Amino acid sequence: MTLQQFMNEAISPWMKEQGPDSDIVMSSRIRLARNFEQIPFPIIAESDDLEKVLTFIHNEYENKSFSTYNDLALVKMRELKPIEKRVLVEKHLISPHLAENDQEAAALISKNEQVSVMVNEEDHIRIQLYFPGFQLEKALEQAFTFDDWLEEKINYAFDENRGYLTSCPTNVGTGMRASVMMHLPALALTQKINRMIPAISQLGLVVRGIYGEGSEAIGNIFQISNQITLGKSEHDIVQDLQSVVNQLINQERKARQLLVEQSETELEDRVFRSYGILQHSRIIESKEAAKCLSDVRLGIDVGYIEDISKSILNELMILSQPGFLQHYAQKSLSPKERDILRASLIRERFKLEN
Amino acid sequence: MECQECHERPATLHFSKIVNGNKTEVHVCEYCAKEKGYMGYDDEAYSLHNLLSGLFKFESTGFSDQQANIPAQQELQCPKCGMNYQEFARVGKFGCAQCYQTFSDKLNPIFRRVHSGNTNHHGKIPTRIGSSIHQKKQLFEYREQLKQLISNEEFEQAAKVRDHIRQLEQDLHHDRDGEEE
Repeated sequence: MTLQQFMNEAISPWMKEQGPDSDIVMSSRIRLARNFEQIPFPIIAESDDLEKVLTFIHNEYENKSFSTYNDLALVKMRELKPIEKRVLVEKHLISPHLAENDQEAAALISKNEQVSVMVNEEDHIRIQLYFPGFQLEKALEQAFTFDDWLEEKINYAFDENRGYLTSCPTNVGTGMRASVMMHLPALALTQKINRMIPAISQLGLVVRGIYGEGSEAIGNIFQISNQITLGKSEHDIVQDLQSVVNQLINQERKARQLLVEQSETELEDRVFRSYGILQHSRIIESKEAAKCLSDVRLGIDVGYIEDISKSILNELMILSQPGFLQHYAQKSLSPKERDILRASLIRERFKLEN
Repeated sequence: MECQECHERPATLHFSKIVNGNKTEVHVCEYCAKEKGYMGYDDEAYSLHNLLSGLFKFESTGFSDQQANIPAQQELQCPKCGMNYQEFARVGKFGCAQCYQTFSDKLNPIFRRVHSGNTNHHGKIPTRIGSSIHQKKQLFEYREQLKQLISNEEFEQAAKVRDHIRQLEQDLHHDRDGEEE
């Protein structure tokens, strides 16, 4: 496989488009949790029951299209190799929890990879919808129409007072988790983000690292999402999240400008050192790669580096994950072998730019 | 001290294992700890989950300590999926949609804690199965509007809203008749 082909496979088609505020917001996501009314939730259900869910989804939705989400493909976990599952996790198309269940778990994924419906995860159905850049309202609107389309054939577990019934009490009500992935290098560099996180938490929102709960913010990428799902409408939740994200965008832009004005050479030096490491290193760990990629992306955004495409951070952050590297090598690799392959892939990727 | 696995990075994690009185020490870097399974894969997910089920336990122990309440506790079992309250408190997850009815009396304090004081849904209603709920909500809103309009002495507007209410009430009756047939 050539690098170009491999990358085309690695990057979801929707990621190639540039969304609003894409210098800071990498992607927007809406997730809706739903369950079948009559079937026990996956945590307790018998294998037969979950098999029923899977068969139903298979018969009703496989190869169907809705709106721009074409050729929905049902990917069953029991038919995948461990590395293939890991690749789906690294692309955020499935959760690690779904990948662990190799019996009745599956994902219904549209050709453009914008919609992924996880089947038999913690809930029977979890619809995930992605948009590039900062487009939460649009993502919500689309998620609602997709949800309505599924609901034409499924009797959802719903209660007039409690809303959509979910396995975990933290999701009941709207069943919605709205989130944005943000690149905040200047707020991280000036350590302002540490002071902002507690304030954000008080508004019922959560700040996390790129790979979800408890994970570190590698590459200065932060995920911001709502915590509360009961008692507020989806639109209100999205608006609250939006106003916080807007503030973060403004603060990040200000911090970038200040950094450029006050420490021009230091920042430029940092950016180009990282650029050099990525272009020339022979062994690189994922953490160092993420740090350097963040620096280079910042360098592109503030105008120090001109001849490199902006999507390089998003692309290489995913490509240099262990699953992808092993997928590329077509075999499992030791950590050392991965660090060597990672360095070589990154070097090759930069060569494609020139 | 260098990591005993890779001999490259400094050891940042130190474990002591005691098996049958024999103590062995392990000094590794974070990278190898994850790689070699010294650290659980989903440590973080577990801690949040623990915290959550702790919330329910607080609820349940308050009652179960009192002997008089034990028979009542045993009765709280979901007829649909068989989940009982103690199990629910332990895992922190519902077993099925019916559990929400079964444990209904105990849920408000839990929801209030998890959702900043909220206990009722104010969002989307399923389009197909929720159509009568939609109408009921609409009816409720119209009635509130009517009260407001009358107290403001805007009678012309009030008459219009009253007509809407009558229409909706008729529709709801029709739906109900239809179901009974």
